[in-house]
Amino acid sequence: MPVLDVHDLTKTFTSGGRALTVLDGVTLAVEPGATVAVVGPSGSGKTTLLGLCAGLDRPTRGRVALAGHDLGPMSEDARAALRARHVGFVFQSFRLIPTLTALENAAVPLELRGARGARKAAAELLGRVGLGDRLDHYPSQLSGGEQQRVAIARAFIGRPAVLFADEPTGNLDDDTSLRVEDLLFELNHEAGTALVVVTHDAELAGRCGRVIRLRGGRVVDERERGGEGEREQRPLASGQPSA
Amino acid sequence: MFVPSLAWRDSRKARRRLLLYIAAMALGVAALVAVRSFGANLQAALGEQARAVFGADLQVWNWGRFHEGNEALVDSVVAAYGAEVAREVTTSSMALFPESGGTRLVQIRALRGDFPFYGEIQTTPDSAAAVYQARGEALADAALMLQYDAEVGDSIRIGQRTYRIAGRLDGITGQTDVEALVGPRVYLPLDALDPGLLGFGARYTTSAYFRLPEGVTADSVLAEIRPRLTAMDLRGATVSEMEGDWGDALGDLTRFLELVGFVALLLGGLGVASAISVYVRQKAETVATLRCLGATAGQTLRIYTLQTAVMGLLGALLGAALGVAVQQALPRVLGPFLPVEVATRLVWEPVLVGVGVGVAVALLFALLPLVRVRRIPPLRAIRADAEARGFDVWPWLLGAVLLAGVGYFARVQTGDPRAVWAFPLGVLVAFGVLALAAKLVQALVRLLVPRRAPYVWRQGLANLYRPGNQTLVLLLTLGLGTFLLTTLGLVERTLLAPIALPAEEGARPDLVLFDIQSDQREAVRALVREHGLPVLEEAPIVPMRLTAINGRSTEEIRMDTTAPQPTWALTRQYRSTYRGRTVETEQVTAGRFVGRVPADTAVVPVSVELDLANDLAVGLGDRLTWEVAGRAVETAVASLRRVDWARVQPNFFVVFPEGPLDDAPQFGILMTRAGSPERSAALQRAAVERFPNVSAVDVSLVLGLVEGILDRVAFVLQFMALFSVGTGLVVLAGAVRIARLQRIEEGVLLRTLGASRGQVRRILVAEYLFLGLLAALTGIALAAAAGWGLARFVFETPFVVAWGWVAATLLAVPALTVVVGLAGSRGLLARPPLDVLRAEVG
Repeated sequence: MPVLDVHDLTKTFTSGGRALTVLDGVTLAVEPGATVAVVGPSGSGKTTLLGLCAGLDRPTRGRVALAGHDLGPMSEDARAALRARHVGFVFQSFRLIPTLTALENAAVPLELRGARGARKAAAELLGRVGLGDRLDHYPSQLSGGEQQRVAIARAFIGRPAVLFADEPTGNLDDDTSLRVEDLLFELNHEAGTALVVVTHDAELAGRCGRVIRLRGGRVVDERERGGEGEREQRPLASGQPSA
Repeated sequence: MFVPSLAWRDSRKARRRLLLYIAAMALGVAALVAVRSFGANLQAALGEQARAVFGADLQVWNWGRFHEGNEALVDSVVAAYGAEVAREVTTSSMALFPESGGTRLVQIRALRGDFPFYGEIQTTPDSAAAVYQARGEALADAALMLQYDAEVGDSIRIGQRTYRIAGRLDGITGQTDVEALVGPRVYLPLDALDPGLLGFGARYTTSAYFRLPEGVTADSVLAEIRPRLTAMDLRGATVSEMEGDWGDALGDLTRFLELVGFVALLLGGLGVASAISVYVRQKAETVATLRCLGATAGQTLRIYTLQTAVMGLLGALLGAALGVAVQQALPRVLGPFLPVEVATRLVWEPVLVGVGVGVAVALLFALLPLVRVRRIPPLRAIRADAEARGFDVWPWLLGAVLLAGVGYFARVQTGDPRAVWAFPLGVLVAFGVLALAAKLVQALVRLLVPRRAPYVWRQGLANLYRPGNQTLVLLLTLGLGTFLLTTLGLVERTLLAPIALPAEEGARPDLVLFDIQSDQREAVRALVREHGLPVLEEAPIVPMRLTAINGRSTEEIRMDTTAPQPTWALTRQYRSTYRGRTVETEQVTAGRFVGRVPADTAVVPVSVELDLANDLAVGLGDRLTWEVAGRAVETAVASLRRVDWARVQPNFFVVFPEGPLDDAPQFGILMTRAGSPERSAALQRAAVERFPNVSAVDVSLVLGLVEGILDRVAFVLQFMALFSVGTGLVVLAGAVRIARLQRIEEGVLLRTLGASRGQVRRILVAEYLFLGLLAALTGIALAAAAGWGLARFVFETPFVVAWGWVAATLLAVPALTVVVGLAGSRGLLARPPLDVLRAEVG
């Protein structure tokens, strides 16, 4: 059963008295552990699709099922609870809470669930992303790459079924981007988390098993790249025209 | 556990600035706790000291002398209850100190018996109070003796008798300092009082004070003899009645002061709402992220509510501590008005109420912006422009709860059911008017600032309009503080202006001689002239009582509960005059003033003062029947006059024409202008020596006293208004602190673009200067309007602008604003741009 099942998803905004359809009849399914890149030019509806998939917003038409739950009839709070259990997030601008330390930031999802051992798990995961010596640092004391690694630790700590990443490398330089991407795929691989990445980065998209191209709110192209073994294929993938 | 722990962690970097902002309420809580504690101590003191203040269990008294029937009643009380009795006559008379030649109008308390039965008269030497009656000596007020350089053993002359001063009166339980200021007291033995002081026209009261044996309550005795008292037109009073009267009056005072404190608290609440509003804006991204991570709307709301509740509690505790400290000062400030010594004990009830009200106000005001947290869409974490959509009913509900709370508090404070809606409405209107005025002034300034003004000034001014500015709330808090203070200043000056003595106006009287008997009139006039002084004005005074209105007896009207006339207007002794013309201080508003009629006119045309005519519900042509020395005089209202009572002139409710009263028993009043204290003293001395029954009032002395009392009243009110001003400044400090984020970004950007620190500082100065000026202007404009309204409609006197106050406010408020603003921005300027760019701002 797919962890994310989207059917005929449509979102229409009214702006200045005119209806503007930013997403138009998108249908897709993401299996457990799969990696999906959503690419497309600015304004093609990528972020809107991500928001709808994660239950951050409600569609004008269509249906989203996340981890087997239909988001349609669920209340705000029920969707929040669902996210707390099954969803991880990585943002372009990291979105760490400035008043919490790296450790506390990473622990938030577990604490939200009221789970025990949140700090220990966070410390372990931060060690895993190479920040074992920076647990008590505040976001302002970390570099961009370090902040994004904390965000990744936070995203994976709850062992989510799906991880949504919105331009995860958009604010990072090339070298740092590469390390962050590696981490994303490693943890995806280990935890069996499905990865849905919105990106402009051709290289990052190329590492995903499937690339969905949006234009004007519609899916214009969809390619399977073979799920497993992306890492080995990376040099090849980067050479292909994918964006 | 998630909510408390995240609330704690999340507040890390905001605690100091949140606390500063919540401290805005501290002053309001302090005012509340201080006044309430003071009130509790005052009530306790009244309860403990009431008997000592009253001096007896029961008092029976009357204007003038006791006749035989009255005496019989006194004797029967003594016989029936085994009571002990003391007698007292109080009047006012001139005192002369022969050693220094000084004279002054004093309050005479002539006693026979062991009064006061409770409490004590403190004298120097201690024994004086016990022996002065037996020795036929006097006790004189300490301030009076100081004024005339008199010492124990010196003489004092009252009427035609001279007494040795047995002791100095250092303190009389129950007498306020203000009373002592108005009429310094002299205690005399009743048996040695000059009977001439109680002659025709003299105003005095006679009392019998009773001490009742254990087990007999004064109130039951009074209830029993009440019918006989009423029949004889005697009045009775007991200690519990007096305690109730004082308690009511002082309760009103403390409740009023508490309301002033509550206004400061509401201002602080506005500051809190504004701070939390900015805080919520800054936290929007964090909230959206938390929502993405699965936090519910309720959880995020609870995180921030908990933070503000804890800060509110801290602010309220800080305020309560401050209030307990301020309470130490209140008896000193209010002491001159109080009949009892008030302790400054720590009372818990006011502290708890203050903290409770403080936390409630903080929470309610904080929740107004906080409920927005629920509606921050998680989508905002990936889309900066995501906004909540639709109508949110919660802020309106909370606003209603807040107003209801304010109404409830006002209802409890004032005890008046109308306060439930009137006070919140008043608060809304005041805030609304202030907000409107602030917007208006803002718009005007915006229009009037030239485009070519230097950049830093334009930038500073533009800061007042930038998105998310706190101009309005700062104008509200600072402006309201300024408004309260300035109104008090303006009203005080307005009240003092008409009675102030014009320095160089030759014709204004400055010395009034009164109680001149008819046969002394010529001699007094001659005496004044002998001293080379002019007789500026003379008026005969004829005491009379009103017996009927349009043929219906005043007795009957009094019994008729539906009659509009107040009792005092029906029963008082009228001191009317007769003359041929109107005087400077009055103006005929209706009818014709009749100056002379034949002595035997059947219905005498009289002129009645406007307010009295309203109270008596009479107009032109209505009939008034008077009893003048046992004879009925029938009159008709021929004219109505408006009288300027504030002027020092002999003014009268009822003026008769010359003729009918010429031969009625009367006494006179004479006004002159001495021009110097020496000449005034010389005339007073000579008058007291030759005419002991004649009293003199030095007008400048009276004016000095009035000014002194008004000053003290104004001081009390200004003391309370300071809490509002203080709150305004704390809110300002908080606003500066909380807006640092924006400031730092701006300052860094400007400096990156090449602005010097000096320029950045000048922009800040310009902004705060404008803000302070706007607050001052708004406050002054509103105060001028309020002052004018009070002068015109309440005090009915011309409005006088105290330019000194206006100028001082116009200087002080902007200066304070700039100082507080710059102090809060200090660190900002010291940091190099690069350092700030790297750092997490906030």
